[in-house]
Formats: sequence, C-alpha cells, structure tokens
Amino acid sequence: MTETDKTRDQKLVSALSDSLLAAIIAFALFSLVLGLRTVDSATGLTLLPRPGLLATVVVIVFFGRLALNLFVWQAHYPLTAPFAKLFTSEPFDKRDLMTFSVTLALAATVVVTGFVLGAAIYGLLGTVVLLFIGLGLLRRVVLERFPSLPYAQIFIAGGIAFALFFPIVTYTIESAFRLGLPLRYWFDLSILILTYVMLGWGLNIVVGLAGLLDLGYVAFYAVGAYTFALLATHFGLGFWICLPIAGAAAALWGIILGFPVLRLRGDYLAIVTLAFGEIVRIVLLNWTDVTGGPNGVAGIPKPTFFGLPFSPFAEGMTFSKFFGVPYDGLHALIFLYYVILVLALLTNLVTLRLRRLPVGRAWEAMREDEIACRSLGINTTVTKLSAFATGAMFGGLAGCFFATRQGFVSPESFTFIESAIILAIVVLGGMGSQLGVAIAAVVMVGGFEALRHTAGLQAIFGSDFDPSLYRMLLFGIAMVGIMVWRPRGLVSYRAPTITLQDADTISGDLVRQGRG
Amino acid sequence: MAYFLQQLINGVTLGSIYGLIAIGYTMVYGIIGMINFAHGDIFMVGAFIALIAFLALTAIGVTAVPLALLLVLIIAIGLTAIWGWTVERVAYRPLRGSFRLAPLITAIGMSIVLQNFIQIAQGARVKPLQPVITGGYELFQQGSFTVIVSNIQILIVATTFLVMGAFWLMINRTALGRSQRACEQDRLMAALSGVDVDRTISLTFVLGAGLAAVAGLLYLLYYGVIDFFIGFIVGIKAFTAAVFGGIGSIPGAMLGGLVIGLIETFWSAYFTIEYKDVAAFSMLAIVLIFFPTGLLGRPEVEKV
Repeated sequence: MTETDKTRDQKLVSALSDSLLAAIIAFALFSLVLGLRTVDSATGLTLLPRPGLLATVVVIVFFGRLALNLFVWQAHYPLTAPFAKLFTSEPFDKRDLMTFSVTLALAATVVVTGFVLGAAIYGLLGTVVLLFIGLGLLRRVVLERFPSLPYAQIFIAGGIAFALFFPIVTYTIESAFRLGLPLRYWFDLSILILTYVMLGWGLNIVVGLAGLLDLGYVAFYAVGAYTFALLATHFGLGFWICLPIAGAAAALWGIILGFPVLRLRGDYLAIVTLAFGEIVRIVLLNWTDVTGGPNGVAGIPKPTFFGLPFSPFAEGMTFSKFFGVPYDGLHALIFLYYVILVLALLTNLVTLRLRRLPVGRAWEAMREDEIACRSLGINTTVTKLSAFATGAMFGGLAGCFFATRQGFVSPESFTFIESAIILAIVVLGGMGSQLGVAIAAVVMVGGFEALRHTAGLQAIFGSDFDPSLYRMLLFGIAMVGIMVWRPRGLVSYRAPTITLQDADTISGDLVRQGRG
Repeated sequence: MAYFLQQLINGVTLGSIYGLIAIGYTMVYGIIGMINFAHGDIFMVGAFIALIAFLALTAIGVTAVPLALLLVLIIAIGLTAIWGWTVERVAYRPLRGSFRLAPLITAIGMSIVLQNFIQIAQGARVKPLQPVITGGYELFQQGSFTVIVSNIQILIVATTFLVMGAFWLMINRTALGRSQRACEQDRLMAALSGVDVDRTISLTFVLGAGLAAVAGLLYLLYYGVIDFFIGFIVGIKAFTAAVFGGIGSIPGAMLGGLVIGLIETFWSAYFTIEYKDVAAFSMLAIVLIFFPTGLLGRPEVEKV
C-alpha cells in the first residue's frame, strides 16, 4: 500500500501520531533549557519556571507539524504547490487560482487590520505576502508575453543604474525641496550593504568559483583594515596609497596562510582556515604594542577627493572651497558611497574577466571535480593558491575601506561570526553566482537592519522584546533551511561557464557526499 | 619538578574533557565523512542542561551530592542525546547524498542556531555554580609549592576512563558497534548486508551527544562557570584532538585529547596564557599538514 492509497482515517491517525511524537520530542528538548530560566540572585543562581512559554512552544510544534502533515506532506493537493508553481512555467489550474485568491484576500485583510489597529507589523507581514504572490504572478505573466527578453541583463543594468544614481538623485531632491529625508541613515546603510556585496563577491571567488570552503575570510578583511590603520597612524600615509598596499598585504597573507594548508581536502581546509582566522584575531587582541590590543587603533583618516579633504576647518584647499559649495557632512558620505561602489564593481569585473581566463576555467573545473582536474594536468596547488590570494586581496581592499569609513578598528569587528555572515551571503545567493550574491547581501543586511527597529514586533511580544537578539538565530535557521531546501542557493545557481554539450546535470549534483 | 607535576595533573584533567568531546567528532567523521561543526555547541547545551538539572534538583530538595550528580548525569545524557538526534535529523539527514560542502554549511548554521538559542533562552551572562566537589590530596611539597590533586580532578579522570572503557567495549563487542564499523568501512555494502544505515548514523549522533553531555557536566564541575559561547573554542580544540589522534580512531581521540590538554596547560604555565588558543590552533595546522592521518589513523585512499 503506497502513501496515496491510504484512507482518510489512516492518514489522520498517522498525522496525529507523528505530530504527537514531534511534540514529545520538542518537550524533551526544551523542558529544561527553555522551561526553566537561570536567574542571578543574592544566593547564586536560582531558577525561574516558565511553563507558559514551554507549553506554547510545544503546542506550536504539535499543530504546526499536524498542519504540515495534513495539508502538505500527505495531501493529494499540497497547499504549497501553487506557490512553488509561481517559479516554474507549469500552467495554473482552477484550484491554484482559488488558493491564490484566498491567500490574497487573507493577506489584504491582515494589512487592513494592521492599518486599523495601527500595528505596523501586520501591515509588513501582509505586504510581504502580497508582494511575493504579486511579483510571482507578474513574473509569470511577463515571461509568457515576452519569453525571449534578456531579463537578467535588464535586471543587472537596472540595479547598477539605481546604485549609480541613488545618492545623487536623493541628495539633489533633498537640497531642492528640504523634505527631511533621513539621508545620512540611508547612505550609511547602503555603504554597509555595498561593503558586504564586495566581501561576498570576494569570498565568492574562493567558495563559489574554486569550491574551497574558507571559514577565516574575515582574517584578510582584518589584515587590510589593520594595514591601513597602522600605516596611516604611524607613517601618515593616505587612503589612496594604502589601498593597493592593503590589497597586496592581504593577498600576501593569503599566500602565506594558503601555501601549507591548500593540500588539505575540503573540510579540513575549512577548519584550518577557521583556526587561522581565530589566530589572527587573537594576535590582534594581544599584541598590544603594535595593534593597541582590545582598544584598537583610532584616528584613521578619511579618503580625500583627488587630494581635496572633506572638512569644514582644514587649512588650504578643501572639497567645498574648491567647488564653491557650502560645506555639508553628506558630501564625504556620498564620496565614500562611490568609493565602495567602484571597489565592489571592480571586484565583480575582475571576477567576470578572470572566469574567462584559463585560471578561471581551472577554478570551476576544480570545484566540479578535483580528481578529474588533476588527471588533466592542472596544477591544483597553484590553482587553489591563486583563488585564495585573489579572494584575500579583495577582502583586504574591503578591509581598508572599512577602516577609513569607521575611522577606528578593533579586533571585535573581526570575529568568526563575521566570516559566517559573509559565507551565508555567498551560500544563500547561490555559490558562484555574482547576481545572487549581490541580492543576498541586500536582502540579508537590509533584513538585519529591518529587524533592528521594528516597534511593531514589540507591540506583539511585549516591550522587553529585543528583535536584534533574534537576528543571528534567524540567520542560522536560514542557513540550515536554504541548504536543506535549495542546496544550490536561494537566488540562483551558476552552472559551469563552458560545457561540452548540453549541460543536463553537472557532476557536482551527482557526486555523493563524502567522496568528491 | 613540583610545578611540572602539578601542570601535568591539570593537563591530564583538561585533556580528558577534550577527549570525551573528540570522540563525538571522530565517530561522526568516521561514519559519514563530515565535520560535525555543531558538536561543540552540543557540548555547551549539555553543560547548560546539567547546570539547570542540578539547580532544579537542589530546588526540589535532592541535596545529597552523589545522588544529585548521578541524576544530573542521567538527565544530561538523555536530553543532550535528544538534541544530538534532532540536529542530525533536521540538518544532516536531508543532505545525505548532496555535495560535500552542504552538510558542513548546515553544521555551521546549526552551531549558530544553538548558540543563539541558548543565549536568548538563558541570557548572555556567565552562569556560575558554587563548587560541588571540594577538597583534594596533597601529594608532596617542594619548597613552598605543594602539588595538589583535587577530588574533582580524580573524578574527571576516573569518569572519563570508565566511560571510555565502556564505550570501547560497546564499539568492539555489540551489534551496534559492529554495524557502526561496517558503515564506516562501506555504507552501501553495509546497507546491502542488512544494516540500517540511517538508524546507525542516528545512534552515532546520539552516543556522541551523550559523551558530550558527560564532558559538559565535568566541565561545569571543574570550572564552575559556563556561558553560551564555551562550545566554540572547546569544540575546535576537541576537533584538533580528534585530528591529532587520527580521525576515525576512538583511542586516537582520547590520546589526542590528552596531548592537546597537555600542550595547552604547559603553554599557559611556561609561556603566555593569552596565546594558549593560538598554540592549540597552530598545533591543528601543523598536524594536518605534516601528519594528515594523525597518530593512530589509517591513511585515506582517495577514490573516484
């Protein structure tokens, strides 16, 4: 008897018992660590029971699992099917359209309720659902009308144009109409996002193209940042001289660290790079004479505009005096924005070019099958080392920029979590895909930022609810979830640049885990 | 000499704890060829479960220390084993047969999840516990320096060797141990000869988590303070120990644990305490580069 032959009752019974089991396991998992809270008191630690919370979690697990069992996993018509169809080209049937209209109606109700109650979070949730379905439907309609337009190119061109004109246009509008836009915040956030885009693209060379899992990427970011910080504070060198030096120093460190470890296999390499990342951080933290230890290095200069500083007080020529405009703190910020934009696009351009060179081909070949690669006479050590050094160089450039933007560096900025965030951006974007990495960086950093100040969440969970605490939790869940559901990345997946014939499947999909 | 002996005792104690955790890494690596990056955090969860169980038992009036510790040990092993099982079921089993970096990435994700879950559920502050087992023996005196072996150190080393012995018997003498070794050698062939591979792998995680819980309890009793971040550093060191001893080899994990514990303790005692982690991590790199098969490991043959 197969799954589909089961009667309704049998299905219900198996769904119920499965959900009950899940609830029991959830109870066992959470009984102590969630049901009892350790609290500091005068006599040492005491326990605060939280039966309500524990019960809530167990009930949610039970009903969530039951709903999934009944409506998705065991159903003839899984409720998720029409939503999955949005991203394929299968035709919709009546039932799908019914599901969509019900969902849309529900989402609209939620939005309206949120609007009436004045709780932004309902509006946000409903809008996300509306946007998801709306965009999916729009995509289907447009694709059916104009099947042969170069969508990816249009999207990329649009994105680059937006990135190029965004600060100029908003700044002009603001200075013309004085709308009170939070420009400083917008620019700061977009600079942050672009820094992660650049780091993601840099790591993408190592992880996405060459298939080497580097868990210590942040070490090169740190090397770049500290190179500039120390050169600037000790020798008074400027940003533009130090930028290539920082890149070269990071690449050098990439080679020094990479040379001994690159003979290792994938997961050993991952652990050793992680260890190196930690070593770099511990040295920065404890070598107080040079790095300032936990206090870091402060007083790092800002970049100049072809020798013109951004300052209201500086002696001699400044940016505002030269162009005869009144001094505005935003000028320096807009300049920083363009610096990081150019650096990021440079990373992308170099990657795209390198991918067409023999070395890039060798990287991709190595990612797909290292043994085949070696059999064909490619020197895998040199190939790995070049990928490692190139990735490290871009990490160093980004680090140099980070130092100048912050004006201050300390070892705290270079923890393992930072490496994990960059890795997650690459993984979620689809390893090897440039566009995917950029989108993932925008979504993740932007999403993090959105979590930082949502007063609406506090309206639901109480005023002592701190959403930023949940950022890393969500982040880890996303990493696991996306690997389980879409192992080749959420946004897109880059197939090898060249294949002999039609690329049906690539070996990476066929290689069994454990031997590859 | 006295100082050296004291450090030797401290090092063996620390090394026993590392060895217990290292077994979890080495078993999982041996059987499915992946680094269970979240294992260090399973150890951390185990330590928290032990702490909370101990406090709860004290609160309901179980104050006799031996009884309380025995109950805590059972509770911690049981609940941590369920955590280990769940992690495998959620994050690794769906990816069996995927490309080889995939489970490593979910393992990192799982590690982040566990750390942050405990941070949210129990708070970020360090959790102190008053010393439960006090006292010790003065071995001998040299000048003004007295070599002491404390009761807790004796307990840790004794427990470790007891658990290790039981474990070794289990691997070599029981049906489960046999199917584990079969899966380690050839998973497909083991499945064809009637071994339930998924169940064996699940049980491997359960056993590894159980040992990690023992290590967590011992760590809690030894240091008297834990926080949500202990799993990261201890995990990497235990992994180093597993690699050092030869990954896949259970006596090797124990040996590697002792070596790493001794290196760390002597480095702190004779050089600088700030760089003790650097010493352990450098050891990892050196071992991997020069002895990739470790002390007791078998050379690995790469197959296409």
